Amino acid sequence: MTTVSLDSSTDLRVIGKSLPKVDSVGKLIGLTAYADDIELPNTLYCKLLRSHHPHARILSIDSNAALAMEGVVAVITGEDLPIKYGIMPTSQDEHALENEKVRFVGDPVAAVAAVDEETALAACRAILVEYEPLEAIESIEHGLLPPTDEPIHDYAGPGNIHRMGALEFGEVDEGFANSSFIREDVFFYEGNTHLPMEQHSATATFVGDQLTLWSSTQNPHYVHRALARVFDMPMGHIRVVAAPHGGGFGGKSDPFSHEMAVCKLAMITGRPVKCTLTREEVFYVHRGRHPVLMWVRTGVAKDGKILAMHFKTALDGGAYGSYGPASMLYTGALQTTTYNIPAYRFEGVRVFTNKAPCGPKRGHGTPQPRFALELHLDKIAEAIGVNPVELRRRNYVKPYTRTINHLRITSCGIEEVTDRVVEASGFLDRKKRLGHGMGFAVSAYMCGAGLPIYWNRLPHSECIIQVNRGGVTLYCGATDIGQGSDTVLATVAAEQLGLWPTDVRIVSGDTGLTPVDLGSYSSRVTFMAGNAALQAAKEMREILVKAVAEKMECSPSEVMVGDGKIGELSFEEAAVLAEERFGMLSTRGSYAPPANIGGKFKAAGVGPSPAYSYSAAVIDLDADPYSGEIRLNKVWIAHDIGRSINTLAVKGQVEGGVYMGLSEAMMEGQLYRHGLHKQPSMLDYKAFTFKEMPEVETFLVETIDLEGPYGAKEAGQGPLLPVIPAVVSAVHDALGVWVDEVPITADKIMRAMDAKAKGREGRYGPKSFPNISYPTIVKVPPFDASSSAF
Amino acid sequence: MLRLPRFSYLRPGSVAEAAQVLSEYGSRARVVAGGTDILPKMKRGQMEPEVVIGLGHLNELRGIRATEDGGFEIGACVTLSEVVASPELRAAYPGYVHAAALVSTPALRNSGTIGGNLCVDTRCNYYDESYEWRKALGFCMKKDGNICRVAPASATCRAIASSDTAPAAISMGATVVLVGPNGQREVPVESLYQDDGQFYMTKAPDEILTSLRMPSPGRWKSSYVKVRNRGSIDFPLVGVAAAIQMSGSVVEACRIVITAVGPQPLDVSQAAGALVGREIDDALLEEVATEAAKPARPLDNADLSYVWRKRMTRRAIEQAIREAAEVA
Repeated sequence: MTTVSLDSSTDLRVIGKSLPKVDSVGKLIGLTAYADDIELPNTLYCKLLRSHHPHARILSIDSNAALAMEGVVAVITGEDLPIKYGIMPTSQDEHALENEKVRFVGDPVAAVAAVDEETALAACRAILVEYEPLEAIESIEHGLLPPTDEPIHDYAGPGNIHRMGALEFGEVDEGFANSSFIREDVFFYEGNTHLPMEQHSATATFVGDQLTLWSSTQNPHYVHRALARVFDMPMGHIRVVAAPHGGGFGGKSDPFSHEMAVCKLAMITGRPVKCTLTREEVFYVHRGRHPVLMWVRTGVAKDGKILAMHFKTALDGGAYGSYGPASMLYTGALQTTTYNIPAYRFEGVRVFTNKAPCGPKRGHGTPQPRFALELHLDKIAEAIGVNPVELRRRNYVKPYTRTINHLRITSCGIEEVTDRVVEASGFLDRKKRLGHGMGFAVSAYMCGAGLPIYWNRLPHSECIIQVNRGGVTLYCGATDIGQGSDTVLATVAAEQLGLWPTDVRIVSGDTGLTPVDLGSYSSRVTFMAGNAALQAAKEMREILVKAVAEKMECSPSEVMVGDGKIGELSFEEAAVLAEERFGMLSTRGSYAPPANIGGKFKAAGVGPSPAYSYSAAVIDLDADPYSGEIRLNKVWIAHDIGRSINTLAVKGQVEGGVYMGLSEAMMEGQLYRHGLHKQPSMLDYKAFTFKEMPEVETFLVETIDLEGPYGAKEAGQGPLLPVIPAVVSAVHDALGVWVDEVPITADKIMRAMDAKAKGREGRYGPKSFPNISYPTIVKVPPFDASSSAF
Repeated sequence: MLRLPRFSYLRPGSVAEAAQVLSEYGSRARVVAGGTDILPKMKRGQMEPEVVIGLGHLNELRGIRATEDGGFEIGACVTLSEVVASPELRAAYPGYVHAAALVSTPALRNSGTIGGNLCVDTRCNYYDESYEWRKALGFCMKKDGNICRVAPASATCRAIASSDTAPAAISMGATVVLVGPNGQREVPVESLYQDDGQFYMTKAPDEILTSLRMPSPGRWKSSYVKVRNRGSIDFPLVGVAAAIQMSGSVVEACRIVITAVGPQPLDVSQAAGALVGREIDDALLEEVATEAAKPARPLDNADLSYVWRKRMTRRAIEQAIREAAEVA
């Protein structure tokens, strides 16, 4: 791997090094206590009874037989938890336990606390629920039709439509009229799930009016708020602790039924109550990638410059709102962050269906349109006879510009990431032969959402640094879900304080002990919590330097900090000196994104970010013309990281994203049959093993963002995005057929080859896009440059 | 996590005692060796034995012995990894050993036994799920229900034969020893199975498979080709074992056994008759493979489309013959 830095400063001591994560040893030797490792004295074990129907009215629930069983301590139903909740203010549509109707196979209706899991499970099976089945909605097309029984929800609508949006920026009709070439395509992206190694687990205690929940959650702050709502309790009486994580990827970002259930059961029984989901239940909890049907029409000038784009999406939301309103808008928001699109129209709809609820998964709402957009551009390039790299370069956004949909672009390494992968792979000089192909794609992703999920003016991230007894402790609400956020915070502080990252103790993800951080989603933690930590660390450095300068009788600027020393003193001596001089040593930092990074129109909240990362990928593969089987040879990935805080960790994130992207591109599907999940097990839900992983060559490009901590941007989500279209593009390069649908499996490729052999279009994918009554398009006026930072 | 249900575990001192205990408990008991098939299925409620009879500790079921006829007898509790590690077996039966090496993952091959793999339960994605899932679907005839979910008009269960080693053993003309309350008998491996995914084995419920007898390989060269989605873990979507005897570049005899395309492994050697006395070429191979693949009846109860699996059967047969004959 090479790191190309566009910045010449080399005086950093720990930033940018390849170091083990600060929490890695505990994980390696098995000492880290994940949520399921938490065993408190006298714990009761909870199991949820889940619906066996995709859509049904609940006529009655009889839990007497369950309650009478030996070892059963409590049984609760929806009557015990009547207050609805949901992650977004506009979709408070979930009961912890459904009381009136169930909306998918797996929807919880009752919870049991018993002396062990076995008893709790037996008790669940003894609960009698009488259902009246309703028509189940199983597809986007079905969800768009008026329901024959009743809508899945009694809000939103019409019918099973959850949310719609229609926006136009610039003069789209005029753009098409001026175009010399126009193309339309239809794509489908199958839904898939996060598949974290760790199954969700939660333990609650209720002692002296204080509720404490330990959970494998990415967002303790939002869970905290949801608990306060559902239990009608003051926030100050609730503590949510994000336990060390075995993987989130977006799947642990919502407040969940099992979390509510253990809290309620702890209140009723006065004992700790624990619930760990089975793998099958994790598939039902889901909140994963939305299946999205997409239609895109683009007009270009003779030279391939985009003049207008019209993008339509239809999302299969599953049974609940979750992040859906945002997910829907994300399918239209970031197309403009890679390409200069002077006129852009977006129409989107999300429908409810009787499936496990969809939500955010790595790349939230953007891998689907990115897949469509990149392949669509490949097809345009082929049609007008321009190579696909050149077509893209002619349309790339420039650093420090505004997109047509008002997004602020700052540092932007899209040219550099393109250079790296194209040069290293020899993409432009590849030899054409049947069965071998290469594909290229680019993408961009946010470094944190510009706005919080619920409206408030609080900082998005806060941090406290305390120095006492000669040691440093950093408190931050950020949650390390394996992405390395604790390591980032420790490294940022260590750099300022002249220490090593492992010298900084991190206390994170605990609403009772740490100041707020909104959570580990939208790739926000390095940028936002990193900036909060940097502010606190700089202030602490000043205090220590001031004390030492007084003692050394010199100016603070003459005090060198580094290698465990502040001037002539060891860090520990300096810390004691400063504490003697100033009293208790505590500094703080906080971060909120600037206000002017997006537009002011309705729906403008989705898309703005203080910075965007850029990625490019080239994939080399062999595809068998008979069987359609793919053998991956190599992936080249380049990522504009802004500044690499810990190069080993960044590389891990980038390559993890490549792995996840390849697996979604080629195998994964959250498929349904007869109203239920087709394969809720890790044997039959196919995902890559390391045997499927090809060699990955990673390039980091450092654009040194002016607002990121030390110039850093995100790595957790962006690098997944170009991988998926690059695979499909490489298959086209190898076999001359288009598979306009992921996952791109051997049988789909075989069908495209069959069609080609019969003289039809060599293509597999959706034939058409449904006729959808989107709302009236809102024409958004151009961005007012006078209010801009540039 | 999914928990094992309650059961009694018995540890007999000999195969004879195990057979005695098994006949006593009848359908309420099951034998276990490596446990890689039965334990997950007990967790999912697909199997509900009250009594589990352990065999893995019995020395008489272990060991690989050369036999007088130049073949080998492999104890039922020899692990798949032990087979893979045996240079003698690899030299004599490359197809069989390769099949063993392709079963699941290294960890499961270290535990899973050759007897267990021959007896491995048939698979179906309407069946291989938890009790709660199957209840939501409406149960199927293989467990708790009365119709076949993938082929509702079928009178029998259409779950899929999923042993990789069975077709390879059949292609070598292997036999197994079965021990029951009334003594032991030896039967060809191919007669161990029948065209019913529910009652997929012909052995009596109180018979224990104690060893696999592989005859002398003679001049048979063998191969096994496994089609699956991933390079590890997965059960076969198509499995083809081929054995061939050559005289120079001319085929003298050829056997082909296909699996995972129906409830039992199918000996389709008859179709290979066209090869005998001839040199292998592309056109001939295609003709033979097309004919040999005809009995394959994949249904929509496994990974990827059944149309694709049917077509891959032909391809896998061609590949298996090429590999056995060592022609490119």
